[in-house]
Amino acid sequence: MSSAEYRDPVTVRRLLDAIAGTVSRPWTLMEICGGQTHAILRAGIDRLLPPAVTLVHGPGCPVCVTPVGVIDQAIALAGRPEVTLCSFGDMLRVPGSCGDLLAARAAGGDVRVVYSPLDAVALAGREPKRQVVFLAVGFETTAPAAAAAVRQAQALDLPNFSLLCAQVRVAPAMAAILAAPDCRIQGFLAAGHVCAVMGLAEYAPLVARFGVPIVVAGFEPVDILTGVLHCLRQLEGGRARLENAYARAVSAQGNPAAQALVGEVFECVARDWRGLGELPESGLGLRAGYADFDAARRFGLAQTPAPDPGECLAGEVLQGRLRPDRCPAFGSRCTPQRPLGAPMVSSEGACAAYYRYRGPVA
Amino acid sequence: MDGACPLPLDEYPVVLLAHGGGGRLMQRLLDGLILPTLDVRAGQSLHDAARLDELLTDAAGRLAFTTDSYVVRPLFFPGGDIGTLAVCGTVNDLAMAGAQARALSVSLILEEGLPMQTLWQVLRSLRQSAAAAGVRIVTGDTKVVERGRADGVYINTAGIGAVPAGVSIHPGRVRAGDAVLLSGDIGRHGIAVLAQREGLQFETTIESDCQPLWPAVAALLDAGLDLHCLRDPTRGGLASALVEIARQAGVDVLLDEAALPVTPPVATACELLGFDPLHVACEGRLVAFVPAPQAQAALDLLRSAPGGEQAARIGAVRGPGGQVTLRSRYGIDRPLDMPAGELLPRIC
Repeated sequence: MSSAEYRDPVTVRRLLDAIAGTVSRPWTLMEICGGQTHAILRAGIDRLLPPAVTLVHGPGCPVCVTPVGVIDQAIALAGRPEVTLCSFGDMLRVPGSCGDLLAARAAGGDVRVVYSPLDAVALAGREPKRQVVFLAVGFETTAPAAAAAVRQAQALDLPNFSLLCAQVRVAPAMAAILAAPDCRIQGFLAAGHVCAVMGLAEYAPLVARFGVPIVVAGFEPVDILTGVLHCLRQLEGGRARLENAYARAVSAQGNPAAQALVGEVFECVARDWRGLGELPESGLGLRAGYADFDAARRFGLAQTPAPDPGECLAGEVLQGRLRPDRCPAFGSRCTPQRPLGAPMVSSEGACAAYYRYRGPVA
Repeated sequence: MDGACPLPLDEYPVVLLAHGGGGRLMQRLLDGLILPTLDVRAGQSLHDAARLDELLTDAAGRLAFTTDSYVVRPLFFPGGDIGTLAVCGTVNDLAMAGAQARALSVSLILEEGLPMQTLWQVLRSLRQSAAAAGVRIVTGDTKVVERGRADGVYINTAGIGAVPAGVSIHPGRVRAGDAVLLSGDIGRHGIAVLAQREGLQFETTIESDCQPLWPAVAALLDAGLDLHCLRDPTRGGLASALVEIARQAGVDVLLDEAALPVTPPVATACELLGFDPLHVACEGRLVAFVPAPQAQAALDLLRSAPGGEQAARIGAVRGPGGQVTLRSRYGIDRPLDMPAGELLPRIC
């Protein structure tokens, strides 16, 4: 099938009929990935599903879960005259405790958008007198590229390249959500891109421990509805298994070369998540052999835990406890033009998805 | 206009601050390069202001006037350059008011160190685009700023155009029942410039849609069609253009997602970068609001205009309000809004 066929209205209708014929009582499913959240809202999938099926949106937006403290560190680095701070575009608008990276750039900081960490390495090679720092955010999808950048900087003997590490891992966040006493999630759609890299192994213990179905799903309407149907069939049948409904992109073992690269450069560390607090084993930090590329160490950055802004309920949204449009600030005091929190900023953020596809008064 | 830069490059291979100093070197730049390359109206004595009498004899006071500045980076991109853009942008702004551009001013802000060859290429594009659009460059200005204070060349153009008798095109004329037409596929200019600027490689080179729109507008007017409103979806893309018109006209517009023409390379690039093609800039497309009974005739004319093969009827005006709604392929309606700010590529 071409990508257009994964949006085909006839196939979508057939899947919706199958779902309607499967569901006999209410179920609540969480899609992990922000890309899936946007696809769901853009196509209106949540409004096409039978009312008994509720989709809640998970913490799968790397921009959204990056804590305020890391943004503050990036802003501080951007303010140093010798530093060029590079990151993906979305990070530039995420509010720290005082302003964002766009404001830091307007104030004279050298802040640049890159499409890959390797672009930042190339920049370090071209501008040897500048300290090039890459703000490394993302899930397992971006970790191999960040690892490759560090390896390349080492191979090229570039003393002026470093990472400000904020890489995170999906499975520990899912475990934290499932372990919450008031968790109402009965099934998960796992993020296809993450599984394409990491394979399925990390999810089997979650299925066994919490007894929830986990179905790997893609990002087109047909992919998402197929994932939903598989998940509902399990729930209606009283089963909880790990299933792959995105086999065209995901194999059980994932991408071993990428996993090896990540394992070579990074190790699992505890990481603070915006709205979720510190989660054990949920982040990737540079191994001792690559510590020279750690921007926090190179620039002596203090770990200054900055509290989440009081009015922003991002933590509740990111755990699927609060629908974005039910936040009191949604669309009034919090808009994409003046966001209170990252989920309203990021192109993957759940609040941005509701604002964009439902309007300010959803 | 092929051939070599008329100014001897071995003398001055790059622009110097002195080229903007008002002295001999500046005169040499003007006489040797800028004026002959731009073909500033032959026979017109260089004075502090251009006389336009003979260019506007038929205008009978129905004039339109507009200005815009062009600061695109990089200066050259697939399908165009800053010179093409500086002419098309202003000529098209006039065309959207139903005015045929007659006279253009060109102000150049040059950065010290700009290769003279580059300047000549930009001037050549200005002239070729002006000729293609049927407009004369009649006056201008040149300044040089220190190295590091500009991206090579900034260009401001201002244009005066004549509005034919009986033509009245503005948002206030948009009515419930109007059809919304689009003159071609969207998003190519924004993606072409971004891809060139950021060194992004796609399987197919995406060329800018930059082109003058007057021929299409003239065809519609010559056919006697009653154009209620026209708008070229430049910065902010189609979504911003339609939201602006809906608000100004106080009407609701319903768009049909399945009818929106987006080429597969642009759709793929937008998916990769996390952009919505509805928010990506065009430089050679127009949106037309016409009475529904005239929609098919207008569409046929748009499709036979240059670059109009993919012209489409994309929606309709529904009634009073001020909102734009997009109906998805699955029959779900969602509001359409302007983008929040600068388009930034997404993370994954």
